[in-house]
Amino acid sequence: MFSYWEKFVDYLVYNLMGLDKTEHLAQALHFFIFDTIKIFILLIGIIFVVSYLRTWFNLEKVRAYLQGKSEFTGNILASIFGIITPFCTCSAIPLFLGFLQARIPLGVTFSFLISAPLNNEIAIAMLFSLFGWKITAIYIGFGLLVSIIGGFVIGKMKMEKYILLDIQPIDGCCENPSITMNNKERVKEAFSYTMDIFKKIYLYVVLGVAVGAFIHGYIPTDFIAKYTGGDAWYAVPLSVVLGIPMYASAAGVMPLVEVLTSKGMLLGSALSFMMAVTALSLPEAMILKRLLHTKLIATFFLIIGSGIIIIGYIFNTIL
Amino acid sequence: MKIEILGTGCSKCKALFENTKTAVANEKLFAQIEKVEDMQKIMEYSVMSTPALVVDGVVKSTGKLLTAQEIATLLKS
Repeated sequence: MFSYWEKFVDYLVYNLMGLDKTEHLAQALHFFIFDTIKIFILLIGIIFVVSYLRTWFNLEKVRAYLQGKSEFTGNILASIFGIITPFCTCSAIPLFLGFLQARIPLGVTFSFLISAPLNNEIAIAMLFSLFGWKITAIYIGFGLLVSIIGGFVIGKMKMEKYILLDIQPIDGCCENPSITMNNKERVKEAFSYTMDIFKKIYLYVVLGVAVGAFIHGYIPTDFIAKYTGGDAWYAVPLSVVLGIPMYASAAGVMPLVEVLTSKGMLLGSALSFMMAVTALSLPEAMILKRLLHTKLIATFFLIIGSGIIIIGYIFNTIL
Repeated sequence: MKIEILGTGCSKCKALFENTKTAVANEKLFAQIEKVEDMQKIMEYSVMSTPALVVDGVVKSTGKLLTAQEIATLLKS
């Protein structure tokens, strides 16, 4: 798909600029130009497709659909639903409350809350453009597993009393007018959403790729492998802890991870790190503090953290 | 007329609030515009995605950043 583009960048760097293929600068520059454009194109494409599909989903109907489901089935469906919902404060919190109002069990609601940031379209688009579809599929698969089991465990712990707001149950559904859109409007909506997201993250991507290009061109492989490639027991938990404060820059972190893995970092540690970046975020915890008791938030973080660490170990062992 | 903008304080909610003010000014309407950020109140309208626009207690739009023009059309209907 991008072979022509690669040929063009080859020509640009090695012929037009006259740089030598073996030079550090040439390698770094080639990597930077090629990767930035490749990621931009894929990012815009994938986010556009996801947001277009999203215009066909009616939240009220999804909620009504989840309402009567048994617990475990509910966990599975809510996790899958988390893939297609965007994750920002405008959507996730009202949705969370809306689910609880519809008497959907807390555990099922949490499955959704774990899955939404973990499997967000930005993470998926970045993974796809950097690692290809196999790793992306594995990431989504394990992400679903963590959200299904995590939500199920939280549901079993009976933590309803830790919700700070007074939830008034509602019966019936859909009194709100659902605006019907024609196709042209859907495309317009998806496009404007895509541009919104792109404006928010393009700088992080450029920064991430720039640092990645530097590592790619200048830092020797054995140096990286020495520090991140070992299967020391602490590699995975350390990756997770490092990932927590980095939520906003997830898009910038991923190009770095790509370079590190290509230079010998173990994929399990890398995946744990990326999952921690997307699923465990301090800003998110701050928002949730308005609705949930600290005890529940801590439990939530602990369960997800353990899940991600286990996945990291599994990966490091099997790959 | 009482217009409420429901939102948890994200950028879209602020933009909708500004657009609503513009729409009301353009149409020379007499309306009280209020920003609602309290989750408990937002829940009472059982809105599933914000920002939402509520006119005289009736939810008119959810989860969309409407332009001033679109809001004006809504207010007149």
